[in-house]
Amino acid sequence: MDLQALKNHAREVRKDIIIMTSKAGAGHPGGSLSCTDALVALYFEVMNVSPEKEKDPNRDRFVLSKGHAAPALYGTLCERGYFGKEEFDKFRQLHGILQGHPDIKKCPGVDASTGSLGQGISIAVGMALGAKHTGNPCHVYTVIGDGESQEGLVWEASMAAAHYKLDNLTVILDHNGLQIDGSNDEVMSLGDIKAKALAFGYDVIEVDDGNDMEKVVTALKAPACPGKPRYILLNTLKGKGVSFMEGQVGWHGKAPNAEQAAEALKELEG
Amino acid sequence: MEKKAVRVAYGEALVKLGESNEKVVVLDADLASATMTNAFKKAYPNRFYDCGIAEANMVDMAAGISTMGLIPFCSTFAVFAGRNYDQIRNGVCYPKFNVKFGFSHAGITLGEDGGSHQAIEDLALMRVLPNMTVLVPSDANECYQCVEAAAKIDGPVYIRTARLATPVYDPRPFTLGKGTVIKDGKDLVIFTCGIMLEHTLDAVDVLAQKGVDAALVSFHTLKPFDEELARTYAAKCKNVFTVEEHSVIGGLGDAVASAVIGKGVEKFKKIGINDVFGQSGKPADLLLEYGLTGPQIAENILGSL
Repeated sequence: MDLQALKNHAREVRKDIIIMTSKAGAGHPGGSLSCTDALVALYFEVMNVSPEKEKDPNRDRFVLSKGHAAPALYGTLCERGYFGKEEFDKFRQLHGILQGHPDIKKCPGVDASTGSLGQGISIAVGMALGAKHTGNPCHVYTVIGDGESQEGLVWEASMAAAHYKLDNLTVILDHNGLQIDGSNDEVMSLGDIKAKALAFGYDVIEVDDGNDMEKVVTALKAPACPGKPRYILLNTLKGKGVSFMEGQVGWHGKAPNAEQAAEALKELEG
Repeated sequence: MEKKAVRVAYGEALVKLGESNEKVVVLDADLASATMTNAFKKAYPNRFYDCGIAEANMVDMAAGISTMGLIPFCSTFAVFAGRNYDQIRNGVCYPKFNVKFGFSHAGITLGEDGGSHQAIEDLALMRVLPNMTVLVPSDANECYQCVEAAAKIDGPVYIRTARLATPVYDPRPFTLGKGTVIKDGKDLVIFTCGIMLEHTLDAVDVLAQKGVDAALVSFHTLKPFDEELARTYAAKCKNVFTVEEHSVIGGLGDAVASAVIGKGVEKFKKIGINDVFGQSGKPADLLLEYGLTGPQIAENILGSL
């Protein structure tokens, strides 16, 4: 693992998130910045994927269940070479391939259309089951949100993942603690989310700092637990990398203006 | 005449399909003995996945399964088309995934379970979704044809089936997206779909006794809809009636109305469930209560002419 290279990619993706959302005047920077390290780790270090084998049936699959973090996925896919940075100009714009939420029909490298919360993890469970059924050696990864975990479907899918012993599935929780209307605890407390994941039959790994690249990669590369789906609880910081956004619920679904974007980019470039 | 529930034919059709196509897998949500997918479960236990009582998860799991080159058929009650609508919309239709829905126990002839379980809105919900094909077989033989056709389509297909045992007619030529002329006529035309074929046939007989020559056209495909055939018969007969075991809002009646509007129709009436929920009762009593028996349909039509 070239840790510095991964960190560099993550920094570029964070800049892309700021550029994209600022240009569009819309999007979700906060929850994109919190899961950036996980996405970079997956696409550059963990998953068996590349733009050259985009249609390879045996490639690993990724589903961004928290589809509103699309800027993080787009930045990562671009950085990985699936398309050029010129697409960022058309993020959320008419005829753009970078829709407000990931669209499998329009964007190269996207494995499932998401945005309606709870659905991505359920689709990922189906992919993992389908892979087992067909003898496909691929591994399926999905990133879910903590606010998203209030959706009943997340738990229906989790029950099925354990029932069908999907050890080819990794569910990654981007636990930044904040959602549109406030903190998880203010809106709808998740309670002991780790205990819940364990009780649903996952093999759970908790990462105390889900924005620490080395720790994230180590967790993602941990050998699978035979017969059990994996759940990686990443304790992350919403808005990570842009100090005026960090831990601020107001940056969930608000784009930076030109001045704020310049400030953010300056900070990211260090 | 032999009677068989369309849902039973659905179960048989899946078994036959599974024989020739190994990519077919079946998902159910703890209703296999009602939707009749248990026949498939018995024949191909390794290709059957129970999803438990979690219909929404079943649909998205099917979406994921389809990405691995398999052809999943999901089954549950038609009334749950509302419960997992978001999954059908965003999980399957939006990305145009190759998932089939065989939803049973549609309409009031579900009977005793009552209004909470009688889907009168599923066709409206499914018709409005881009990429969705909507099929409503009228009898067992047409159901076999619909299932076979559904497997050949690369994209989502909804197949509506009924609980009640209904007459099995001689097999008719089947072309997806085309209506079937059951009987030609000149005074008026009745358009129907699904198991209302039986009752519209009765209505045609009653009308004939009164000296009225009615044409009868059945549509196994509601989407894409055979607008040309609807227009041809509307122009020829001028008096147009639609009969369906579904709300008069959003189903066959509206598909016909959209097709024939402005085409010189003199009388147009939609016969179905008039924007009310159903209730418990025996299927035959319910058909009578909601005016969907042959003699009632004929009377309704004569009163409108």
